[in-house]
Amino acid sequence: MTRSVLCLSVLLAGATLLLSLLLPAQQSFHQDSARWQNKRDLVAALAITDLSLSSEARYTRHVSQADLFSAFQDFPASFEHFPTGSMIPPRPAGYSGRVLFESAQRVRP
Amino acid sequence: MILNLKLLEYSLSSLWRRKEKNLALVSVYALVIATLGSVLLLTHALKTEALMTLTAAPEIVVQRTLGGRHELIPIAYARTISEFPGVGRVTPRVWGYYYDSLVKANLTLIGIEGYHEQLELLEGRFPQAPDECVIGAGVADAFGPQIGDFLVLEDSSKRRSEFRVSGIFRSASNLLTNDLVVVQEAALREFFAMPAELATDLTVQVYNSREVGTIAKKISYLLPDSRPITRDELLHTYDSLFNWRSGMMLAVFVSALMAFLILAWDRATGISAEERREIGILKALGWETSHVLGAKLREALLLSLTAFMAGLLLAWWHVFVLGAPLLMPLLKGWSVLFPEFDLPPVVDLYQLAVLGCVTIIPYLACTLIPAWKAASSDPDDVMRG
Repeated sequence: MTRSVLCLSVLLAGATLLLSLLLPAQQSFHQDSARWQNKRDLVAALAITDLSLSSEARYTRHVSQADLFSAFQDFPASFEHFPTGSMIPPRPAGYSGRVLFESAQRVRP
Repeated sequence: MILNLKLLEYSLSSLWRRKEKNLALVSVYALVIATLGSVLLLTHALKTEALMTLTAAPEIVVQRTLGGRHELIPIAYARTISEFPGVGRVTPRVWGYYYDSLVKANLTLIGIEGYHEQLELLEGRFPQAPDECVIGAGVADAFGPQIGDFLVLEDSSKRRSEFRVSGIFRSASNLLTNDLVVVQEAALREFFAMPAELATDLTVQVYNSREVGTIAKKISYLLPDSRPITRDELLHTYDSLFNWRSGMMLAVFVSALMAFLILAWDRATGISAEERREIGILKALGWETSHVLGAKLREALLLSLTAFMAGLLLAWWHVFVLGAPLLMPLLKGWSVLFPEFDLPPVVDLYQLAVLGCVTIIPYLACTLIPAWKAASSDPDDVMRG
């Protein structure tokens, strides 16, 4: 019996340690409003739109502002060659153009 | 209760008999959980950082596109947009990039106009003269200047431009300001030789947040060569970018999950002759199938829970103590200026529950199914193999 009690105690200690890391972090995150307000003040002052993560290419530095063709750099058939380009794809926000083909048989007014 | 404890006792003895094998199994299992957990913790922390801070970003950013590419926008567009009902201030922004060929670093240069209040995250002050600048902590670390030193850049006509460093952003803001150089707008316009009637893009203030979509559509309609990007789209970009199901970490996540499935598959198909013999002996001694399965379930649960907790603790230590050094190369690429993270230690309990489900339950199934097949066969056949 000693071994099973010891085993259960070790598992319980592990679970307690894990919860003691996870739960206070959640709590402090919600209470730390000053930290977030300071960052929001900075974002508002500089009109920041993106996180300063990968600065190797403009479409990974300003993900939300990049146009869809920036990854191709100079011509549409060129290969995208920045490593983070395969991890951080450009997003098609703000585009409304469409491709439309119409039948030649259609009677036009 | 006594039966449960006795079965647990038996399971522990059984695990202890094959301690080397089980230790190796728990280590590999914990490493797989740590990899998956690191991906989840890192992406969730980055997403939280983006969503909590970028809510103060401009309601709409308007770019001009030419040939499908971003082009400088006429400031006259600002006057057109500001006449829309519900629109407040429309501000032309001047910003761009500067590449340093020696350090091979890309800097982001931003122009600001007018007086700015002192910010908590800025050591020093915003530029108050055309020859002053504020730099990010990453720029300061890479080039080594202090407040009062001079930043020397070559402008568009290869002439030397000097900016005195009037402030440095504190490292707590690294994820927002790491590669920034902030100067006065007029100075930056002159530096880039940008014509006075053009700007990089426009920011649009909208009084009522429910009208943002309508105003963006109006901008698109009246200025067909423009591309309005709303704050919701911006936040959605980061939400999907750091989403573990569809974002950049999917490759790592899937690889680790595949490794786990191979581990589980090996377990499901490879019940050893020794284990089969053990089950046969237990059956011959009078154990019922449910007792055998109970003991095997406890074995699998002990292994899984130990590996799960050890893996999660390892993931926590990797991401929030060490700064996720094993995953950072995926985000860094060839960047020279890359921020040192001060990530918020937040976790999504739902994601952890999903992680538990996709790793513990398949492992339990893979352990129990072969054990059940062995336990439900004739003990004599099982012992003879």
